[in-house]
Amino acid sequence: MKKSIEELRQIGKEKLDRIGLRVGLEAKTESKTQIMVCGGTGCHSSSSHILIQNMKDELKAHNLDKEVEVIQTGCFGLCQKGPIMIIYPEGTFYSHVQPSDFKEIVEKHIIGKEIVDRLVLDEIKADPNDGLNKLEFYKKQKRNALGNCGLIDPECIDEYLALKGYEALHKVVTTMTQDEVIQEILDSGLRGRGGAGFPTGMKWKFAKSAQNDKKFVVCNADEGDPGAFMDRSVLEGDPHVIVEAMAIAAYAIGADEGYVYVRAEYPIAVKRLTIAINQAREYGLLGKDIMGTGFNFDLHVRLGAGAFVCGEETALLNSVEGKRGEPRPRPPFPANEGAFKKPTVLNNVETLANIPKIIREGAQWFANMGTDDSKGTKVFALGGKIANTGLVEVEMGTTLREIVYDIGGGIPNEKAFKAAQTGGPSGGCIPTQHLDTPIDFKSLAQIGSMMGSGGLIVMDEDNCMVDVARFFMDFIVDESCGKCSPCRIGTKRMLEILNRICNGEGKEGDIEKLEDLAKALKAGSLCALGQTAANPVLSTLRYFRPEYEAHIKEKKCPAGVCKNLITFTIDPAKCVGCSLCAKKCPVNAISGEVKSPFVINQEECIKCGLCLQTCKFKAIDKK
Amino acid sequence: MVDLISIENLEPLKEIIAQHKEEPGCIMPILQETQGAYGYLPIELQKVIADELNVPLSEVYGIVTFYSQFTLVQKGKYKIGVCMGTACYVRGAQNVVDRVERELGVVVGQTTEDKKFTIEATRCLGACGLAPVMMINEDVYGALTPDKIPDILAKY
Repeated sequence: MKKSIEELRQIGKEKLDRIGLRVGLEAKTESKTQIMVCGGTGCHSSSSHILIQNMKDELKAHNLDKEVEVIQTGCFGLCQKGPIMIIYPEGTFYSHVQPSDFKEIVEKHIIGKEIVDRLVLDEIKADPNDGLNKLEFYKKQKRNALGNCGLIDPECIDEYLALKGYEALHKVVTTMTQDEVIQEILDSGLRGRGGAGFPTGMKWKFAKSAQNDKKFVVCNADEGDPGAFMDRSVLEGDPHVIVEAMAIAAYAIGADEGYVYVRAEYPIAVKRLTIAINQAREYGLLGKDIMGTGFNFDLHVRLGAGAFVCGEETALLNSVEGKRGEPRPRPPFPANEGAFKKPTVLNNVETLANIPKIIREGAQWFANMGTDDSKGTKVFALGGKIANTGLVEVEMGTTLREIVYDIGGGIPNEKAFKAAQTGGPSGGCIPTQHLDTPIDFKSLAQIGSMMGSGGLIVMDEDNCMVDVARFFMDFIVDESCGKCSPCRIGTKRMLEILNRICNGEGKEGDIEKLEDLAKALKAGSLCALGQTAANPVLSTLRYFRPEYEAHIKEKKCPAGVCKNLITFTIDPAKCVGCSLCAKKCPVNAISGEVKSPFVINQEECIKCGLCLQTCKFKAIDKK
Repeated sequence: MVDLISIENLEPLKEIIAQHKEEPGCIMPILQETQGAYGYLPIELQKVIADELNVPLSEVYGIVTFYSQFTLVQKGKYKIGVCMGTACYVRGAQNVVDRVERELGVVVGQTTEDKKFTIEATRCLGACGLAPVMMINEDVYGALTPDKIPDILAKY
């Protein structure tokens, strides 16, 4: 049933009495303990949903299900240590919790009031309470866009209301003009988090000034950068923030209909977003005459079908319209001619996640964070060779070193940092000498990379940069839509050259050919996919040219990755003849007599490296 | 797994079309639901969709072949999706794919002769914390090494 703002506030207040202990308030209901378990994709993959059910059953068996609640929440960010569980009011932080741990947690922690030591990370062994404030991983973070992730139940609109949810929408539709809303966003300095970094307020301004009786707001949730998952986490952990922000955008530009275009690979995000939309409709926060102001807005969810190029705004619009997801020439820009040829604002998920708080706290609050060039905070998806894989949100201007070492916990296995890749297939690699660069839109562009959507993949000495460039080019060749020849043919030719170099068949002049093709791609492609496709090659050439040269001239892969350029041999002086490698070898390429040195048959060897990992005597040489 | 509908039976398809026909840009949801129900989108089904929506078959075919999630051929009972996102790749996903291919005797994109397994190299699954990752239908396997593959495949 449709609710008035007073009723919504009352619902929020009652819910806050229940969930307030998560934010340091006293519980005013029978619910004295709340157990939050991460239900994001990473932890869900490790069966956190089974853990939740087990916990609920066990509590019920002890007749504790009234005073102890188990709640599935959004991503805490520290995916590497998942599944993660936090028990309030103490804030006890448990990690790597398995579905079978339910009994011990209920009996020892809940009933016995004792800490379950083995589920506590070493770093906070002494006192695991209030873990979110004690772990190094969280100390330098500022969680705004991710603020509600891990704090609320994403499938419950009342919890969102309890933490000032939909107050921003109320403020906008009852007290602000369209121009005032746009001015607030302009003043905040918010720039698009999806890749290009275009000022969000400007987009809204253009769409507002376009004259038409029908306009659209579209949320780009087609998170394609392989290795970025912040948009998925926002949708999974705080879907209502997107619904609210889209309604605000719609009010500002004068739209009454919206689409969220989500990757089909994100089933949990789609499910929670759909629940959120239905709940918002039920409370009258979507639909006709929102909050009694005459403002109408409703939302549809559209699924992608596995095309990276659909992250490009005009390709996305074609896909929404039910066409091949090929980009359109711009102008006309979507602000004038977007979805179904109507003026359209397109914003990325993380961009939208910042909007309600900017409206509530004011533009200045946001503009006070970050650098001159880039305001606010940015979420990065840390992955690759890093101790704490996960999602981190930091103020713009934080250095790469702080992200990789202080928050990310550095490189595992005592390996050396080699580069961090940002911006995905459109971005570049940042080498050691730029570790202390404060990260913002401008500085990343200056060092030959880009912000992109915030994927940050760390590579160590064992990663070959030519191979990494080849990986991205392979991805682009797969994903080029084929509309423009420079992109369709140019990327293919670049991949052939890179394959040749990795296979030890590189020729003099190959590097120059790559550079030539890169120029043609940049100049001749219609959309950003083609224009930036050569960036991974150019940035690795800029910082790791000797590695390319080693492949071409010496036929060596210094990192030992490119299979045609490496051989595995057994050092007879070190081999004790234990036969373990021969047993592990998947192609039976290793033979010998027990207790005498073994030999690898080079004809048979597929260079999988399993022998190297297996040998306890360091007798396997990789060259 | 839900039982797939035989392509001889066109009634469910017509229902799906009727349900979405009036929405603007309805062809994507129709194709998605049709593939969900029938498992694939052979030309016979595309013809029905084209007729019912009154668009040329070439347009439907153009859309089906554009998006990587649509398939014209039947897939195996178990779909193995090895994540080839960047995070998985730098942690050795290539070696995992190589091993899966060798164990099954088919390469990425192919289905085993007994129609049991299809190997696919998927885009990022978003479980980067567990890299390298693969999915077999709904089951997720993380922190993979090539030598874990035979035991995992043996479960199916």
